Amino acid sequence: MSAPLVMFLVFIAITLGITYWASKRSSGSSAYFAAGRQIKSWQNGVAVAGDYMSAASFLGIAGIIAFQGYDGFMFSVGWLVAYLTVLLVIAEPLRNAGKYTMADVLAYRLKPRPVRALAALSTLTVSTFYMIAQMVGAGALVALLLKGSGIGYNQAVIGVGLLMIVYVVFGGMLATTWVQIIKAILLMAGTFLLSTLVMAHFHFSFGEFFGAIGHVTYHDKGQEVVKDFLQPGLRYKPPYGPLELISLGLALIFGTAGLPHILVRFYTVPDAKTARHSVVWAMALIGTFYIMTTFLGFGAATIVGRDFIGSHGGTNMSAPLLAQALAGDIFFAFICAIAFATILAVVAGLTISASTSFAHDFWTNVIHRGTERKPGEEVRVARISAFVVGAIAITIAILLGPTANVAFLVALAFAVAASANLPVIVLSIFWRRFNTTGAVAGLAVGLIASIGLILIGPSLMAVDPPTVTGSARHLIQAKAWFPLENPGILSIPLGFLGAILGTLLTNEPTSTHKFNELLVRSNTGLGAEKATGSH
Amino acid sequence: MPDASKPDQNGQSIWDRVAVSEEFRDLMATKKIFIIPAFLFFIVYYFLLPILVGYAPQFMSIKVWGNVNLAYLFALSQFFMAWIIAGLYVKAGDDFDRISKDIIEKALKPELLKGDK
Repeated sequence: MSAPLVMFLVFIAITLGITYWASKRSSGSSAYFAAGRQIKSWQNGVAVAGDYMSAASFLGIAGIIAFQGYDGFMFSVGWLVAYLTVLLVIAEPLRNAGKYTMADVLAYRLKPRPVRALAALSTLTVSTFYMIAQMVGAGALVALLLKGSGIGYNQAVIGVGLLMIVYVVFGGMLATTWVQIIKAILLMAGTFLLSTLVMAHFHFSFGEFFGAIGHVTYHDKGQEVVKDFLQPGLRYKPPYGPLELISLGLALIFGTAGLPHILVRFYTVPDAKTARHSVVWAMALIGTFYIMTTFLGFGAATIVGRDFIGSHGGTNMSAPLLAQALAGDIFFAFICAIAFATILAVVAGLTISASTSFAHDFWTNVIHRGTERKPGEEVRVARISAFVVGAIAITIAILLGPTANVAFLVALAFAVAASANLPVIVLSIFWRRFNTTGAVAGLAVGLIASIGLILIGPSLMAVDPPTVTGSARHLIQAKAWFPLENPGILSIPLGFLGAILGTLLTNEPTSTHKFNELLVRSNTGLGAEKATGSH
Repeated sequence: MPDASKPDQNGQSIWDRVAVSEEFRDLMATKKIFIIPAFLFFIVYYFLLPILVGYAPQFMSIKVWGNVNLAYLFALSQFFMAWIIAGLYVKAGDDFDRISKDIIEKALKPELLKGDK
């Protein structure tokens, strides 16, 4: 058995043990959906970091920096600074006013059925798109890592999918939280080790390290090129590069605070104070991690080199190949196992937020108007929908295949979160006049604008050379109508505009009546959901 | 807690009474004094980065220390900016918690609230 496979199996064994432990403990809705609201601030902080630092961060950013230098580091910056929006605007009001999902806050003073139906649709859209991107990445990665062991892309996708279903269906939020915590600790440890090894390679001299970044050598179309990788502009070039950077920044800064799988984490803690402290814990970890992407990305560019990475699995393999170059096969296996743990934990987090939203928002509140017909029905529906969501994600990932162009799905998730979810959450907490029509219009316009603009943007519309085949080809073979990959700069204002116009054009006294209640509850915690049970 | 959503004999619910109380206004003012400037500052500070990198790449390429340029240092400073604001917010948050606790206690005994009826 290969070393990566052994380490995968160890991680799987530990997480299944946790799932078994959690399944013995969780009974009742609050335990299943919100871990009994008993999670401590450091635990939730680490879990938020675990939910957030996806394969796109670990493998993707290392790869973008290794190939395009400084511009890749812009993602790292945005992904941390975005937590200030979560901290200052969203975390505490959400914890105080809601119960299990983002839609709880919206439904608080608005008409619950239309608002919850659209919020559930938006949550499911964000979660499944994000999940499919992760699954395709996971399949390709695992197949590459375990080459020769008989495990191919399809088996890898099915394996990842089944594991995430097991965590969520049997262990609920408690098991998912602990899977995130273990994964985040592993990821931090691996990244720290790798960064230390990179600096050791440069004799612990920052001057030598940054000097090497100043002349990265690689081949482009047969020509040898030497570039300063600390110079901006290798990825974002004129004419649209600067706008693209700003649009990306907007999507990150406002999208993170609208990602359903991050928001649900704040329901797992006992009160607003713990929610606040947990964001700060998360920011400490996430910030340290993204600063270290400097060493991962530039280390891969200078020590391994674009040429070698390009011919050994491509950009996503930058971090594992760096580990191999610095410390050999066992460390390579360890880093690969961390990447695998990262993907598994993130898909589990997405699955639980999607299934919670379906069960709580759609099933209980939209279809059955807020009443459980039998005790435990909501949890049962959530378990079934976790299974269905998982099965759908597995099927789509297998149909798309390992070469599918899916990177845009992550951009899409952030764009929808920033354009549809964030405007209506913010307006419902802060604007007395806000009403149901505004929320429905904001959610609908934000969803349609972000999906529509990505559909007609360069991620899906481009003319490929004939050498590109199959699902790697762009969906629409024509010049893009919208020039930016990230629609945020246009779709976020449209989302707000929809919400504001929808509100101003209609009159709904009941939503204003209950504003005092929401205002007082979200700011003081008076009447907020209490922690239940103990563990 | 008592049923807060039911109006009392004056037609006011606990929520309405708290919302107009001096204590609650004090809480909102304390929050706004910190949150609004902090939010505006971080938005401006953050978006200066993509704007400068995008529209003034020559300026951002000025080397400050060895091969390290302004672009990298400014990007790195964003991490510390975020951590400092988060740290200050946690400190300010202790005040929010103290006032909130006071409001919740008084809300359960409404006659203690300083209203402006």
